[in-house]
Amino acid sequence: MNTVKLVAVFAENRPGQAARITGILARVDINIRCITVASSGTYGVMKLLVNDPDLACRALNQEGVAATLVDVIAVEMADKAGALHSVAECLASHNINLANTTGFVVNGRAIVVIEVQEPVQAGDLLTKQGFHVLTQKETLTV
Amino acid sequence: MFWQQEMETLDRPALDALQLKRLRETVHRLERVPFYQRKFLETGLKPEEIKSAADMPRLPFTTAADLRENYPDGLLAVSRQEVLRLHTSSGTTGKPKALFFSRRDVDTAAELIARAFCMTGVTRRDVFQNMMSYGLFTGGLVMHYGAEKVGCMVIPSGPGTSERQLLLMQDFGTTVIHVTPSYAFYFADFLEKKGIVPRKSLALRKAFVGAEPYTEETRRKIEAALGIDVYNSYGLTEMNGPGVAFECEGKCGMHVWEDNFVLEIVNPATGEPVSEGQPGEMVLTSINREAMPLLRYRTRDLTSVIPGPCACGRTHRRIQRISGRSDDMLIVRGVNIFPQQIERVLMSIPQIGRNYLIQLEGLDEMTVKVELSPESFDGQVGHLTELQNLVAEKLRAELWVRPKVDLVASGSLPVTEGKAKRVIDKRSL
Repeated sequence: MNTVKLVAVFAENRPGQAARITGILARVDINIRCITVASSGTYGVMKLLVNDPDLACRALNQEGVAATLVDVIAVEMADKAGALHSVAECLASHNINLANTTGFVVNGRAIVVIEVQEPVQAGDLLTKQGFHVLTQKETLTV
Repeated sequence: MFWQQEMETLDRPALDALQLKRLRETVHRLERVPFYQRKFLETGLKPEEIKSAADMPRLPFTTAADLRENYPDGLLAVSRQEVLRLHTSSGTTGKPKALFFSRRDVDTAAELIARAFCMTGVTRRDVFQNMMSYGLFTGGLVMHYGAEKVGCMVIPSGPGTSERQLLLMQDFGTTVIHVTPSYAFYFADFLEKKGIVPRKSLALRKAFVGAEPYTEETRRKIEAALGIDVYNSYGLTEMNGPGVAFECEGKCGMHVWEDNFVLEIVNPATGEPVSEGQPGEMVLTSINREAMPLLRYRTRDLTSVIPGPCACGRTHRRIQRISGRSDDMLIVRGVNIFPQQIERVLMSIPQIGRNYLIQLEGLDEMTVKVELSPESFDGQVGHLTELQNLVAEKLRAELWVRPKVDLVASGSLPVTEGKAKRVIDKRSL
């Protein structure tokens, strides 16, 4: 079961919130590997790929910050044109919708992190199709 | 101009005598109401024993809580068959306040409005557009019936949709309107953006502005913006609605119809009458209502009696514009709101905490800040938006006003006992 946990954090859309949250995480030695922020009006949701999601969540909750874990799938593909397309096509042919998504290339490796309705199912499916679906541990050594 | 000249200019001794007579009749009528029966037993006072206004303090008060506790019809003084109309205050989670009207009550209320219209120079040749909410809110129908009594052409437009309000004014030559101060400003602004100069393009000449308190400065601003005369209007659901007190052309205080209401000003903390002219809480007794008269009703509105005669010749005394409340009720867009109502709604939504902050600014913008409960956070922005909308919609259903809702972090709002920290009112009315 190759799903990855992201830490989702609620924050008001005003100065100082990012500083507060990253400060809490720094104090418990959390290293952030990837970050996205979606803001909507007066608040936003931060999603973080970290080295220890359970610890990160606990530390934030202890400080009264609303944080929770979200299951996603991290898929690796070739760093070339058409690679992402094959992943997207595979999901489409099984009627799976990509919700929140982040993609990046680091050290010559292309990774896309996708939120879907049924991450376990989607992960198994992509694995069968020959895609490399990363484990939590593997995301830390990208 | 007078609607009922003899009554409106009745010399003081005759007016006092009439008040006393009607007060005794009302107390007698109230002996049929179990709630008042109990109250009278406690004080041991009989109607015949009431000799003058000075005896009023011997009679019991009636409060908003009494109305809520006796909802729906515990204070009715006639049979249900004789009730023609019902009006209520807002609120669905707590008990609202119900007020019943007999046929005679509906007519009497209309007569008081007719007095007000004539008092400000409105005649049957005027076209009256009622821009207040109709329905359970008294500002709609009660004013409407009064305007019809005078013989005006009445346009029951209700509030909002400025485009349509303007069209009605242009097509039908509206001369008089009934409106809240906040909406009057919005409308003036709307006209300005359209490049319409009211004085030149519209037949508007007067506005009855009320349902929420506003300053003398606000009156002048509305007058300047719309090119009309603005008259202050005071009323409350428990006393028919609008028409309890109204300004004459002198615009120097609102005449309270003392043949219909006994006016007292008391110290809000002790309930003792204040000396003549001193500010305090207005207490009203309806002495000309059949279905549901109320004895010494605590309005919670703060004002003072203006001593001395009025140049218009009316002998019914005037009160100052309302300066505030002796409880924590707010009025937004003409609607009465208690912070406790908001608290009750929030308690019914598990995803948010019980703490809240109400911010009022501009003319009538209301924002309610609520805290997101960390346990209910699932990481989805879409769900947060849905939650925000759910809270706003539930508040609208309870308050009859839809506030803006801000979701904030748990623990970020002040935790406080008193209302003083729950409401930040920066409005400029």
